[in-house]
Amino acid sequence: MSDLPRIPLPVGEPKRRNAAAILLVRLWKEKPLGVASGVIVLLLIVVAIFGDQLAPHPYYEMHLIDRLQGSSAQYLLGTDQMGRDLLSRLIAGARISVVVGLAATTVNVVVAVLVGGVSGFVGGKYDITVQRFVDAWMSIPTLLILLTVMSIVGRGFFQIIAVLGISGGIGGSRVVRSAVIGVKENAYFQSAEAIGSSRWRTLIRHVLPNIVAPIIIIFSINVGGVIMAEASLSFLGYGLSVDIPSWGGMLSREGRQYMEQAPWMALWPGLCLTIAVYSFNMLGDALRDLLDPRLRGGGGRLGVDAVTSV
Amino acid sequence: MGYKHVKTYLIRRLLLMIPSLFILTILVFSVVRLIPGDTVDAMVAQMETGNNFRAASGRDRETLERIMGLDVPAHVQYLRWIGVLPTPDWRLTGESQFKGLLQGTLGESLYGGGSTIDEIVGGRLPVTVQLGVLAIVIGLLIALPVGVYSAIRQDTAADYVGRTVAVIGLATPNFWLATMALLYPALWWGWSPPMELIRFEEDPLGNLGMFLLPALILGTALAASTMRMTRTMMLEVLRQDYIRTAWSKGLRERVVVMRHAIKNAFIPVVTLVGLQLPILIGGSVILEQIFALPGLGRLFVRAIDSRDYPIVSAINLIFAAAVLAINLLIDMLYAFLDPRIRYQ
Repeated sequence: MSDLPRIPLPVGEPKRRNAAAILLVRLWKEKPLGVASGVIVLLLIVVAIFGDQLAPHPYYEMHLIDRLQGSSAQYLLGTDQMGRDLLSRLIAGARISVVVGLAATTVNVVVAVLVGGVSGFVGGKYDITVQRFVDAWMSIPTLLILLTVMSIVGRGFFQIIAVLGISGGIGGSRVVRSAVIGVKENAYFQSAEAIGSSRWRTLIRHVLPNIVAPIIIIFSINVGGVIMAEASLSFLGYGLSVDIPSWGGMLSREGRQYMEQAPWMALWPGLCLTIAVYSFNMLGDALRDLLDPRLRGGGGRLGVDAVTSV
Repeated sequence: MGYKHVKTYLIRRLLLMIPSLFILTILVFSVVRLIPGDTVDAMVAQMETGNNFRAASGRDRETLERIMGLDVPAHVQYLRWIGVLPTPDWRLTGESQFKGLLQGTLGESLYGGGSTIDEIVGGRLPVTVQLGVLAIVIGLLIALPVGVYSAIRQDTAADYVGRTVAVIGLATPNFWLATMALLYPALWWGWSPPMELIRFEEDPLGNLGMFLLPALILGTALAASTMRMTRTMMLEVLRQDYIRTAWSKGLRERVVVMRHAIKNAFIPVVTLVGLQLPILIGGSVILEQIFALPGLGRLFVRAIDSRDYPIVSAINLIFAAAVLAINLLIDMLYAFLDPRIRYQ
């Protein structure tokens, strides 16, 4: 097998014990920035889980007498136009971002595997037709299609997770599809077919385990983008409803109206958003670098690695 | 290899555009067809409160459904929209006409008072195009030099700074950056950008000044990913044999980089700009909103706000078709820029 005609598309690592542990060790050794980002991501998740205990005030509690105040001992980052504690609202916002980010990305993966996996596995005319639809979908600028659909289904928690999940999943289906096609060219797949393995058995025993790496890659690089998309939609008023303290929403109408009197109202949510997206992106990049065999050693094929590294 | 191959390739690509555009119209159409009944109710309610519904004779649900063509099955609506079936005049004064995409018309706004979407869009397109072109120019002016420098000084402090700034740039939401760019100058110096469009014909400098800030913000996101790509490609090229040859001939670094490396490294970057287009357009929607630029993006948000779905569909289609067309153009450009590419 030394003279394989082409470089195989992403397939999983050879099976090892404790793959996750080895991955962590490599992450620690090779990607210090990834580790630092991972720590911030963990912190965000902790804040999201224990937000109620950590927040100095309930995020919805109004102190009208203290409205639009700068930072003080009582309100560390100041208050908004209704006298709500900004820090507490930011902490609640972390929960929104983390939950929407992780949930929508999970939907991404499911949709990507269903659309891309089936398309790649079945192949033929079905594949060609599905891919044309994926092409067309991807040519519509994401924000426009998200806004259109959100304005139709209405804003809300469930809606935004579904919309971001499905739309991102269609984009991600490309990666899964090419991974599945890569698997189909391997000898183990062809041998399985040759000995009469049933379709389902082939799918579950041979295809699925070998596309785990691209799936993890999709998951890890999509989270940041999903968080950003939710914030953009909430900013434009089509994400979550106004009473939910989403970071994007805080920069929207209420934040803008009072921002000259209380600049902190616009400053902090954006800063949190940047840090969160940055950390998820860097962690995702690091995981991708470790998992994607095409990128290992920097000798990737011209164009292939560069496009995925953007 | 030769000109002939390129020509057949280009013709094939052009022909492939037709099914792509066809599928695109189906998609754009079906997305808005998702409108559930209660959205129509919401529109009726909005019209009853709003005063911008002069065009329609009645304000009831039936009229609205007729205007939107919801009174006929979906496939009839679609065929009317693309202009294969005639569209009846909903005012019931005139005759049915073929007016669809094939006839080059985008339809009619629900609230436009009779003005067609073509007219509305036509007036706003230049603003968006200007913003987009300026953003791309600014993005490339930042990204290419920094990317090249980062690559030829790999793993130095400058490289790390460049890459860190790029990654942070990618993580910074443009609506926040724009908000900060409006807020702090206003607080510190009492400066705020003009909220009325300055036409280029009237005041070229004022016009450019008005677009500079939004284009800069839009350009930075583009610059971040382009810089990363440029750096990767440069590193790739710098490892090639012909670069080693150039070095061993004793050429100076400037010549090696400028004459031998850059040309080959920049070609894939051109493709990236095309791939970034959807993000750029999304960004322009947000920035036109914040900076009050009367472009297509602002029109889109307004159409969404007022549930003017014919305009929403039209703009979705325009932008998506533009993305397809520009990517096709870039691929063609590629054919001339890079003779190594083989076309099947």
